[in-house]
Amino acid sequence: MNTMNPTVTSEAAMPEEKIVSVKEERPAETVIEEGKTVGHPLSDDPKFKLRNVEVFYGEDRAIKNISLDIGRNEVIAFIGPSGCGKSTFLRCLNRMNDSIDICRVKGQLAIDDHDIYDPKRDVVELRARVGMVFQKPNPFPKSIYDNVAYGPRIHGLANRKSDLDDIVESSLRKAGLWDEAKDRLDAIATGMSGGQQQRLCIARAIAVSPEVILMDEPCSALDPIATAKVEELIAEMSESYTIVIVTHSMQQAARVSHRTAYFHLGHLVEVNETDKVFTSPEHELTESYITGRFG
Amino acid sequence: MTDQRSQAEIVRNSLKRRYRKERRFRMYGMLAIFIALASLAILFADIITKGHTGFVKTTITLDVTLDSDMMYLDDPSDEDQLSMADFVAPLIAALQEHIPEADSAAEKRELGRLIGSYGASEVRNLLKDNPDLLNTTQTIEFLAHDRVSTYVKHADNPRYSVKLSEQQQRWVDELQEKGVIDTSFNDVLFSRGDSREPANAGILGAIVGSLLTMVVTLVIAFPVGIAAAVYLEEFAPQNKITDFIEVNINNLAAVPSIIFGLLGLAVFIGLFGMPRSVPVVGGMVLALMTLPTIIISGRAAIKSVPPSIREAAEGVGASKMQVVLHHVIPLAMPGMLTGSIIGMAQALGETAPLLLIGMVAFIVDVPGGFFDSATVLPVQIYLWASSSEQGFIELASAGIMVLLTFMITMNALAIWLRKRLERRW
Amino acid sequence: MQTANLLPLVLVLAVVAYGLAYMRSRAVAAPLGGIRNLKALPFYYAARAALWCAIPALIVLAAWAGFEGKVIQGIVIASLPQDVWPESAGEASLILSQISNVAAGKLNPEFVPEHIVGAASVLETMDDQSENFKAALVLLVAVSGAAFAWTRVSPHINARINVETTLRRIFFVCAALAVLTTAGIVFSVILETIRFFGRVPISDFLFSTSWSPQTALRADQVGSEGAFGVIPLFTGTLLISAIALLVAVPVGLLSAIYLSEYASRRVRSSAKPLLEMLAGIPTVVYGFFAALTVAPFIRELAETVGLEASSQSALAAGLVMGIMIVPFVSSLSDDVINAVPQSMRDGSLALGATQSETMKKVIFPAALPGIIGGILLAASRAIGETMIVVMAAGLAANLTANPLESVTTVTVQIATLLVGDQEFDSAKTLSAFALGMLLFIVTLLLNVVALKIVRKYREQYD
Repeated sequence: MNTMNPTVTSEAAMPEEKIVSVKEERPAETVIEEGKTVGHPLSDDPKFKLRNVEVFYGEDRAIKNISLDIGRNEVIAFIGPSGCGKSTFLRCLNRMNDSIDICRVKGQLAIDDHDIYDPKRDVVELRARVGMVFQKPNPFPKSIYDNVAYGPRIHGLANRKSDLDDIVESSLRKAGLWDEAKDRLDAIATGMSGGQQQRLCIARAIAVSPEVILMDEPCSALDPIATAKVEELIAEMSESYTIVIVTHSMQQAARVSHRTAYFHLGHLVEVNETDKVFTSPEHELTESYITGRFG
Repeated sequence: MTDQRSQAEIVRNSLKRRYRKERRFRMYGMLAIFIALASLAILFADIITKGHTGFVKTTITLDVTLDSDMMYLDDPSDEDQLSMADFVAPLIAALQEHIPEADSAAEKRELGRLIGSYGASEVRNLLKDNPDLLNTTQTIEFLAHDRVSTYVKHADNPRYSVKLSEQQQRWVDELQEKGVIDTSFNDVLFSRGDSREPANAGILGAIVGSLLTMVVTLVIAFPVGIAAAVYLEEFAPQNKITDFIEVNINNLAAVPSIIFGLLGLAVFIGLFGMPRSVPVVGGMVLALMTLPTIIISGRAAIKSVPPSIREAAEGVGASKMQVVLHHVIPLAMPGMLTGSIIGMAQALGETAPLLLIGMVAFIVDVPGGFFDSATVLPVQIYLWASSSEQGFIELASAGIMVLLTFMITMNALAIWLRKRLERRW
Repeated sequence: MQTANLLPLVLVLAVVAYGLAYMRSRAVAAPLGGIRNLKALPFYYAARAALWCAIPALIVLAAWAGFEGKVIQGIVIASLPQDVWPESAGEASLILSQISNVAAGKLNPEFVPEHIVGAASVLETMDDQSENFKAALVLLVAVSGAAFAWTRVSPHINARINVETTLRRIFFVCAALAVLTTAGIVFSVILETIRFFGRVPISDFLFSTSWSPQTALRADQVGSEGAFGVIPLFTGTLLISAIALLVAVPVGLLSAIYLSEYASRRVRSSAKPLLEMLAGIPTVVYGFFAALTVAPFIRELAETVGLEASSQSALAAGLVMGIMIVPFVSSLSDDVINAVPQSMRDGSLALGATQSETMKKVIFPAALPGIIGGILLAASRAIGETMIVVMAAGLAANLTANPLESVTTVTVQIATLLVGDQEFDSAKTLSAFALGMLLFIVTLLLNVVALKIVRKYREQYD
């Protein structure tokens, strides 16, 4: 049962509304055809199947009829100018939008063919499967150990103290933080550097063994060295996790992702293999963006 | 991926237990809100049930023959005769018209006990003012005795003891049926000062006392509070003195109110030799008590004026003082007013410090000025509530309703002002 | 002339001074080619004149009005024949009230000794003279101030700077009034407290376990000393405050959590103002409720389960006081809970924590220092609350921890000792000030500590 937020309901069963094109969001002469995405938005082995997704903030339509598949163990990058809806779309995948009262989500969103927005669907379980790393590192004001152990503890993943120790160690190792942190596990996490904090947040996310990790501009608050470390980490993790990353840096998208999706004013304009997007984009808006004409 | 599978399994299994906890936690929260709101509801319900009868008075209306023989009174303009006359006799006679069965001397006396002193003084005043009415028949309406009033209003309430004999109760029932004894809106409550008799006691004196006190408080606290807020926000240099002033204001805001009473007693009354029990001293004490509230809200209001306005005015060459007087204060005024009204509402409900400076005396007269002895609404409520007589408890509840009406009105005014005038930047 | 009449008169004079100075500044400017050639606008010359007229006069008026009563009393007492000079302050106040009653015509001169009647006439003449002198002096100061400002209307003087400096000083004085108030409080409690400790040893006051301030009327009466041990008052205060906090902290904290984390916007927007209403209800109303509804109810309830409860039980006063401070706790908790950044909440929720887990394990520990600060502030409020305990708690100083018994508190004793006719200068009256001092110190410490904790906590997330 959904105790988290009763105001958000799945409206997948409702008849598709005919939406007239909205003119005020069309400053460029290029026409975006609603619901039409160029490239390869679909996948053979999808982890997420997302169809006709729309997100409203009150009266505003922030996401306009997006359909996309995200493959198993794929790293997909969402890029696009500020306010294009990529973060909003990302937050639909583990229902983090639930905590915003005025936000409504329509369309079919499924993980492993199970509806994400099914009212009977359990967000807690969903979020244990779909972890998330935020733009600003947000460690709890507790010790490093307690930060990583938090998830396993609340979910009851460890029966003994030694199990918990193992989980903490392996998570910190996977996040490449073990060597730096092993001697000060009891230190308060907020005393670490920004890059360490962000890797701690990643360790905290993988401690619950999620299947998917959502990353919302994970490196935007970090310096280049810390960024490089996090990117390395993403590359390593791609073997066992599905990763969705929102980024402002096209270089980062190019370095870490398999596929790249370009968002524009709430539309999903183009999805393609990353190489293809950055070398020969199909849509002219994508091209303008990656060549730096706006963004 | 067995790891992820089994983990997911564990999570799923723990869910039932965790959601039970979640629901329990949520329940505690709802329970807390419920307790708080239920207390509020019970409080209001209690006061209304106790006090609504305070707004009702019991009157007796009789056609009285003002027989001069019966009253031993030939000349109503003669003071001596007036003081000796028996004004109850014609009233008893008039009552007997309605209760013919009461004709023995003992029964007449019993009947006379229903009348009380109000009827007699009514007749006396009537004759004193209009001596010509002697030996005519007049319709006279007067307050029934407290005992009758208690019986009429609270016959079935076990908290009140009815002090009438069975026979008297029967008579009162009969008189009520005939419309001789009737209840109506208690205008006495709003037209008189305190009294030793519940039926004759009113809160007008206390309302006027509160009004006078509040005027003094407002006249002192509002300008001083605004000036202090302006100084601290706009002019105060960053130094030890400013810090010290700020610490003082923050602490004064949390000093128990009774301490301000000690201050008033020792300084205003003891040192300056000002009179006790007067609105001026009460108002000054409450002003000192309210100042921190007004200063703190005033500062918040000044802070919310955007710096761009200041810069714009300074840009055309206005002095700092001109910027403040022409722009900052007018723009911050709605916020300052709101804070001040809320502070005044607090002061209006304050009791403890006023007890210490003697505004707790028994005062019958409605005060006529700032230097007259007076009491205030909350103190009057306290005095009545401490009385052992049930009639005063009912008046105290009625007084509370009046006080709460004032306070709710003031707070509503503050909210309205904020909604109406406050700018969003 | 009455102060009440003098005050408006001074203000009228100030307005006149304003008008005259305004006209004069224009007249001065005219031959120079208009007001452009003045150093300041005519308004400022006029305002300066008004300030010069009103401020010195008001200061003189306030000083005179503040001290005339005392001075006249001293002169009247001194005018009495030496053999009837009062020996104590109590006697003096008795004689003075007699004298003033005779002077006011409330007391028939035939009933009092000769010297009182004489003193009454001295009082009357002194009063008249004082009024006249005061009026004359105040008006003189006002007019000469205005005249001085009038002569200083000159194109070379920048009146604006004068006016602004004066205004700024006035503003400063208003702000410094807070310091003056604190000083006044300290002064008023310290003097009497020192006198009190001259009669009752401080160790008795702090450590004795018995409190009965009834000083006997006759010196030879048994127990004439009175006992001034503050311990039973303090335990009583603590007992009632503890009960109040036991109610207010859980209810206030949980309502704050519910309203900020769970309640829909509609519920929040209606429940919050209702909660705040609890804070706006005057304490005398709570006292009424506690004494006349809750206490009898508790007594009956205790009787039905076979317990004996006092009709003025600590429980009744504590419960109602708890309800009173619920909104206080909840709004402070609301502040500190909202100060915890949203990213903490997101971080926990994204790991699959439920809302209550997030609350209990992340937000609450993070907000704890702020919440403790809030609880300390609530405690200080409970300790200083007067009306509820005056009306619903007793007067008997019982040393007990049983909430069904009657206890008394520091504030109750202050109020009872000082309400009504006081014997000036008796240990009984002075003890109230000593209690006031104790109360002031304790609440001040609590407030300082609490504000420090809260501020530190706020800085952590700013």
